[in-house]
Amino acid sequence: MTLSNSIADERVWPELGACRVPSWVYTDQELFEREMEKFHYGKTWNFVGLECEIPEPNSYRRSFVGPRSVIITRDEQGEVHVVENRCAHRGAPVCWKQSGKGKDLTCPYHEWTYDLSGNLQGVPFLRGAKPHPGMPRDFNKADHGLRKLKTHVHNGTIWASYSEDVQPFEDYVGPEILRFINRVFPGREIRLLGYSRQHIPGNWKLYFENSRDPYHATLLHSFFTTFGLYRADAKFCVTPQPNGHEYIYSHFTSNTREASADMAAEMKNIKSSFTLEDMSVVTPVDEFKDGLISSLQVFPSIFIQQHGNILALRHILPKSAGGTELAWTYFGYADDTEEMKQLRLKQGNLVGPAGYVSLEDSEVLTQVQRTLTSAPDTVQVIEMGGRDNFEPSETAITETLLRSFWKFYRSEMGFDGAAA
Amino acid sequence: MGQSKSQLRAAVRDFYEDYAATLDADRVEAWPAFFTEDALYQVISRESHSQGLTHATIYCNGIRMIRDRGAAIRQTAVFEQRVIRHFISNVQVSEENGEIRGGANFLLIESLYDREPQVLMVGEYIDVLVRDGDGFKLKQRSAVYDNYRVRTTLVLPV
Repeated sequence: MTLSNSIADERVWPELGACRVPSWVYTDQELFEREMEKFHYGKTWNFVGLECEIPEPNSYRRSFVGPRSVIITRDEQGEVHVVENRCAHRGAPVCWKQSGKGKDLTCPYHEWTYDLSGNLQGVPFLRGAKPHPGMPRDFNKADHGLRKLKTHVHNGTIWASYSEDVQPFEDYVGPEILRFINRVFPGREIRLLGYSRQHIPGNWKLYFENSRDPYHATLLHSFFTTFGLYRADAKFCVTPQPNGHEYIYSHFTSNTREASADMAAEMKNIKSSFTLEDMSVVTPVDEFKDGLISSLQVFPSIFIQQHGNILALRHILPKSAGGTELAWTYFGYADDTEEMKQLRLKQGNLVGPAGYVSLEDSEVLTQVQRTLTSAPDTVQVIEMGGRDNFEPSETAITETLLRSFWKFYRSEMGFDGAAA
Repeated sequence: MGQSKSQLRAAVRDFYEDYAATLDADRVEAWPAFFTEDALYQVISRESHSQGLTHATIYCNGIRMIRDRGAAIRQTAVFEQRVIRHFISNVQVSEENGEIRGGANFLLIESLYDREPQVLMVGEYIDVLVRDGDGFKLKQRSAVYDNYRVRTTLVLPV
């Protein structure tokens, strides 16, 4: 579907292209619906969950693709499926529980029953309440299953697509993203640690941008910089990728805490006198033996983060133009030592709704959304690193990933003038 | 100790209300004094807690991490000004072999600068207390929140 009618006709992107962003792009509900059709329900792979969340045959769990509720299931043979949580009869959600076990799913409304791959198995009173007729003779259960999504399982992660002709998963994410996914999901057995969720009254793209914006991380998150966890003077690899993806990594060494004098002068938030009594929160073990802190985004649904010994998924769930759920899933490995389990719990304080280096994000984005809503015709400026620079960066002080995102977005949504 | 259950409950209720009043008065520096040296303090979602999962939204193992949480809020965190009020009800206590198990409902109302107050969080405390002179200290406090989602941000302790 191209953006052929109303929005593209009415809305004109500001001059200078991807280094300018109009505020209405975060506030227009009609545009939001178009984005969901184009991206989340289009030719993309959406993260939906982890295999360890449905560990046994005949188990299921709810998730989301965009604002739509879906069910991840594992059938009796162990095969994973993703189906819409919407009864083919009257649209009631079939699954009312967050997770459960059983061989089938029965809609509570009229008790239509589906198997775990979404096939309609039973309809009460199919032949009617005799002698009165029931469903028409030509009613074919095969035509009335749950909407099935194309499903892909990669090293313990589960992905779904509404499109039958989406690229193969490996091609969609590309070899470089795949390398970083495999770094934290190498096929080792995953242990689920828990969930934190937050509602952010802001547009989903604001959160997407926030997590691909290392420039802010060196300034807003003073806890980060104070403990040398993420510093502008560290060497970074900030890399735009095709299809709206990106990855960032940097080298963590304890001596990055000693900032060079000129960098420190720029970063007013460094609290050099502030220390923690329990430093294990900011003293990771180099478990991947490469000294890296890494994160990546697979557009449009997920941010995968390894920060020290925190392994976290930030599942970005758009609800409306002005509201997003951020679902954090924390995990480790089944063979973690007791020490590593404790370290992951402690370092968990860094990220999440109360995270030392993330609580500022939901604070600032909430306020940004309020400002943009009151001034939708204003324009934002994204020039750090160069107006037309879309190249990878070796410094965190760059907005190359934002420009790359908007270049991709404008092209996909038909705002770049190329689409007729 | 010659203390009836209702006397114990009244004493624990006083302790809980002092804890809440300290946080409501934004005296986060005084908050660690409610805990023992080896205390475990956590704020955990009902979703994780009911599945037996260990990750907590706030996790402090020992008084040092509890003090760190307070200090970090004061010294590094950037957040909107807010007033939080705790409403504590339905205090429960039981004592066996010198160990006091306590619990209560909590409701946190958050007021931000130019918006209506909102429910930040609702849930229950699940506690282990020890006697400390005439009062108590918390050896364990799990604040289990019922909200499916945290409303925007959780800045201050629960």
